[in-house]
Amino acid sequence: MNGGNGDGDLRIGVYVCHCGINIASMVDVEKVAERAAAMPHVVVARDYKYMCSDPGQQMIAQDVRNHRLNRIVVAACSPLLHEKTFRGAVERAGLNPFFFHMANIREHDAWVHENRDEATTKAIDLIRAAVRRVGHHKALERRTVSINPNVLVVGGGIAGIHAALKIADAGRRVYLVERELSIGGHMAKFDKTFPTLDCAACILTPKMSQVKDHPNITLWTYSEVAGVEGFVGNFKAKIRRKPRYIDEETCVGCLECIEACIFKEGKFPDEYNEGLSKRKPMYIPFPQAVPQVTAIDPETCLHFKTGKCKQPCVSVCDRKAIDFDQKERIEEIEVGAIVIGTGFQTFNPTDRLPQYGYKILDNVYTALEVERLVNSSGPTGGEVVLRDGSRPRAVGILHCIGSRDTKTNIWCSRVCCMYSLKLAHLVHERTKAEVYNFYIDMRAPGKGYEEFYNRLLEEGVHFIRGKVGGVTDWAMVPEEEGRLVIRVEDTLGGFVRRVPVDMVVLSTGLEPRADADDVRRTFNISCSTEGFFLERHPKLAPVETASDGIYLAGCCQAPKDIPDTVAQAGAAAAEALALIDRGEVELEPNTAYIDADECSGCKSCLSLCPYNAISFIEEKKKAEINEALCKGCGTCVAACPSGSIIQNLFEDDEIFSEIAEVLSDV
Amino acid sequence: MKIKQSIRYDSERSSQFTKEVVSRPGGEMIQACIQCGTCSGVCPLSNYMDRTPRQIIYLAREGFGDEVLHSRTIWMCTSCYACSVECPRGIKITDAMYALKRMAIERGTYPRRFPIPVLARTFFAMVRRNGRTNESQLAAILFLKTNWLQLLNNARLGLDLIRTGRFSMFKWERIEGRAELNAILSDDGKPE
Amino acid sequence: MQYVYYPGCSLKGTGRAYEESVLAVFDKLGIQLAELEDWNCCGATAYMSVDEHRSFALAARNLALAERQAPDTAMVVPCSGCYLTLNKTCHIVKDYPEIAQEVKTALDRAGLEWKNRVEVRHPLDILVQDLGLDTIRQAVVRPLKGLKVAPYYGCQIVRPYSTFDHQIYPTSMDHLLEALGATVMHYPLKTKCCGGSMTGTVPEVGKRLSYILLNEAKKREADLMATVCPLCQFNLDAYARDAAHAYGPVNMPVVYFTQLMGLAFGLSAKQVGLQRNIVSAMGSLKKFCSTGAAGAAATAK
Repeated sequence: MNGGNGDGDLRIGVYVCHCGINIASMVDVEKVAERAAAMPHVVVARDYKYMCSDPGQQMIAQDVRNHRLNRIVVAACSPLLHEKTFRGAVERAGLNPFFFHMANIREHDAWVHENRDEATTKAIDLIRAAVRRVGHHKALERRTVSINPNVLVVGGGIAGIHAALKIADAGRRVYLVERELSIGGHMAKFDKTFPTLDCAACILTPKMSQVKDHPNITLWTYSEVAGVEGFVGNFKAKIRRKPRYIDEETCVGCLECIEACIFKEGKFPDEYNEGLSKRKPMYIPFPQAVPQVTAIDPETCLHFKTGKCKQPCVSVCDRKAIDFDQKERIEEIEVGAIVIGTGFQTFNPTDRLPQYGYKILDNVYTALEVERLVNSSGPTGGEVVLRDGSRPRAVGILHCIGSRDTKTNIWCSRVCCMYSLKLAHLVHERTKAEVYNFYIDMRAPGKGYEEFYNRLLEEGVHFIRGKVGGVTDWAMVPEEEGRLVIRVEDTLGGFVRRVPVDMVVLSTGLEPRADADDVRRTFNISCSTEGFFLERHPKLAPVETASDGIYLAGCCQAPKDIPDTVAQAGAAAAEALALIDRGEVELEPNTAYIDADECSGCKSCLSLCPYNAISFIEEKKKAEINEALCKGCGTCVAACPSGSIIQNLFEDDEIFSEIAEVLSDV
Repeated sequence: MKIKQSIRYDSERSSQFTKEVVSRPGGEMIQACIQCGTCSGVCPLSNYMDRTPRQIIYLAREGFGDEVLHSRTIWMCTSCYACSVECPRGIKITDAMYALKRMAIERGTYPRRFPIPVLARTFFAMVRRNGRTNESQLAAILFLKTNWLQLLNNARLGLDLIRTGRFSMFKWERIEGRAELNAILSDDGKPE
Repeated sequence: MQYVYYPGCSLKGTGRAYEESVLAVFDKLGIQLAELEDWNCCGATAYMSVDEHRSFALAARNLALAERQAPDTAMVVPCSGCYLTLNKTCHIVKDYPEIAQEVKTALDRAGLEWKNRVEVRHPLDILVQDLGLDTIRQAVVRPLKGLKVAPYYGCQIVRPYSTFDHQIYPTSMDHLLEALGATVMHYPLKTKCCGGSMTGTVPEVGKRLSYILLNEAKKREADLMATVCPLCQFNLDAYARDAAHAYGPVNMPVVYFTQLMGLAFGLSAKQVGLQRNIVSAMGSLKKFCSTGAAGAAATAK
């Protein structure tokens, strides 16, 4: 049936969608349909409220039968949204689904214009071009390829951990790749989680152990994805495994090497404690780290620095796990689907917002630092103390640092209000200090969140509505001497206040990781203007990406809290499993092929193909494209000097006729 | 105890006022304000104002023109631009204050005996005559016109300036291109 | 290196010491400054609040003259008020075509043309960015060892059109003063308004703001404050007595950063106009002042 009946005289049907009022309010759809009816070869032209609805699709099928249509044009939204829908409708009506073309009169027209007459004219132009183009369309066949059932999960935070466990529990092999020495991500640094105040470690570490023990999970920490090739169902990934100078298989995590290290005390900033404590060159990131394997930091290790260390670590390790000669390794794997959960970074106020005194005034902390201070396994054993060891009498928590601000990050980071409440509670509980929250709007939309806010109000924590102007050590009155002073407008009181405190907590926002753009390129996915990875559809495809087979989980897509992250990770796992369980995938037929008669064998296309789909056949002295690998990007088509590469659905006469027609009025 | 109603009726509002502020350079973005109060928090003069800068933006946005133009706030702005560079919404608050000052002068609602308009007139006359200003003369004239007692209060300052060679009451700085300058400034439709 | 130099009214009047020290220091460093011929008042911020368009036209004449005098040469503007007004005019005509048209019409009447190509820059910017701290360090013959300085930038050189430093927490002068050998204090009020524009209109507020700045420098045991603006210097120096009278004794000299540079380069107190301070800075600066032959020798070198 896919052969259709595209031959013979052209009989074209044109359908103009109102999209409710999305299109109809800016485009005179009736006039457009009327004008379309008069275009060459157009047999029927109609406008309809929602072409994507069942009645809309049935209308097409009916017209194909009654009017013996052989080409269909739908003028509606972006093909990204509904090309698939309408191709399906055309196919069900008995035509080849590629005897169809879509004109985008919503995103390209109604939504971007303010003059109805001009928008209407443009819609007519676009449809005329589509009508002319669709006449050149050929019947095409879709190909299917089988899907590799393994899944790559990138990032070992709570998002990656959860997705990996779900997929592994379903019986599929998972490769979990984590950049740091241990999985756990940001969540492993937290003390309690809002709003229930359950201990982050207590709920996270069991999951971390499960990952380590799961027979279906291959865990590679201190590793990065170096490159990805292929396409949905058939990805090839290279994983770079950085040397930690400890053999992971041999080390049992007895930690005696740390004890034995030539450095008797920690001397270098401990990343896990946000630099608030010191570690040795031989270290384990934190007590519950998974895997329980130490690592050597070559930047600070005496052996690497001078070659003159007595290496007490080596002598104390009876399992001989220490290997100073360990080199970087590359693992190559094949997977059918990829889940990206690379997370976020917190906003760094140094240099960017010096008015809050971070790194200028002693007792100004970021929220993540205070997370470590309140944590019983943190640098102070859970004691909230200032740099001089004393207890704060008053603490100010400043919301929206690096959020909701055109100068830094314009978005609301979604979690700061709630974690600020949590920190306010914990700090108040541990120190009995007066705690002040300075906020713009209190955002507590989640299960039990508003109730948690109410609880904090009842605990007597201060809530001052106003974004803090600055933190200073400039005292105006005796009680401010030697303390930090917060200057803020109390917008509810309608006056300016100076609030002296001993400790300032900056509730820094969430932003894309500094290397998010590299990650984006590695996986060939898109990001939104702010740099978070872009989902395929903000409502209906929130974990898919524009690249088939690649899914998103957690804060790499947008700031979100732990419950939402876990929910999204579960959804990403489900999507990946759904894909894999299908067993095979249909490929778009928009691939390129080489007209062997025309090919001059110049080889210029070979190096250009990003998918390595072109090979050179020495006997024939001609290039050849492997259709299974071709993604239809068109690079070779444009580059071929002899014009001998042709791309399905983008043939010269299809494109040129479209361009000629859209410009015919100009 | 005198009881006063504090209710505002919608008839006291003027959308026209909002439109006018928005149409002036600096006022464009006031409708983007999220009322966070950063402007007041960083303003070094906000503690001397009868309404905080945030409230002025709010009232202008809502169209309570009388409250805005009769407020002392707009005259307390020293144009240090702290609010403008700190505003998370990119509102040019200092320039908005300039716009409001001009609207107040146009409507004659500035505080009586407030010296800014006098200063501006004196300044303009001097620039027009000489092309340059002379701070000592400018200050003296301003005090004479607004509050001559200040002249006496500042006598000692005058002596200090003479002692340190910084006083230039009787020295004329004049430019050559005065005709050129007058051509630039002669805009017929505008009051001087 | 050469630049057009726009002094502005203050540097010819109450800010004379600023002009003297800027010219002396730039000369010492081999940077040529050619005063803008027949410059007029910049338009000033107080006037701007009343008649914005005329004040842009006033500024524009200077910018047009600068382009005519030395095309593609940046203009150095030491006074923060002038620096802001001239810079603002350049920005405004880009953002508001109607104002640009008015300014153009006004200039046309005088037969002048302004292409908005001349860059308006502050001496601090030139010294730190173009010349560099290394060169400055090399020119120091008498390091200001032990001199505790509170760096005070005022508001209008970094705001709102900051091009060379942070708008709230600038550090370029800190680094420059350190290059001279001075000890730079942590001074939290470095960009807080001095109240200068208030002393004429609401004097009690102006005095209060001045007092806060002076007193904070004193509490931090600074020997003096260094500033980049003639309006701040005048306000803090000339009204110090009034401020002290109203709020309590404070004796804090305020000098131009270029005066300190001059001393460090071996110039005499007189050559950089230190005698023009009302609150004398000689108490802490005496030991850095060259006298007689030594000074002359340093100058000759």
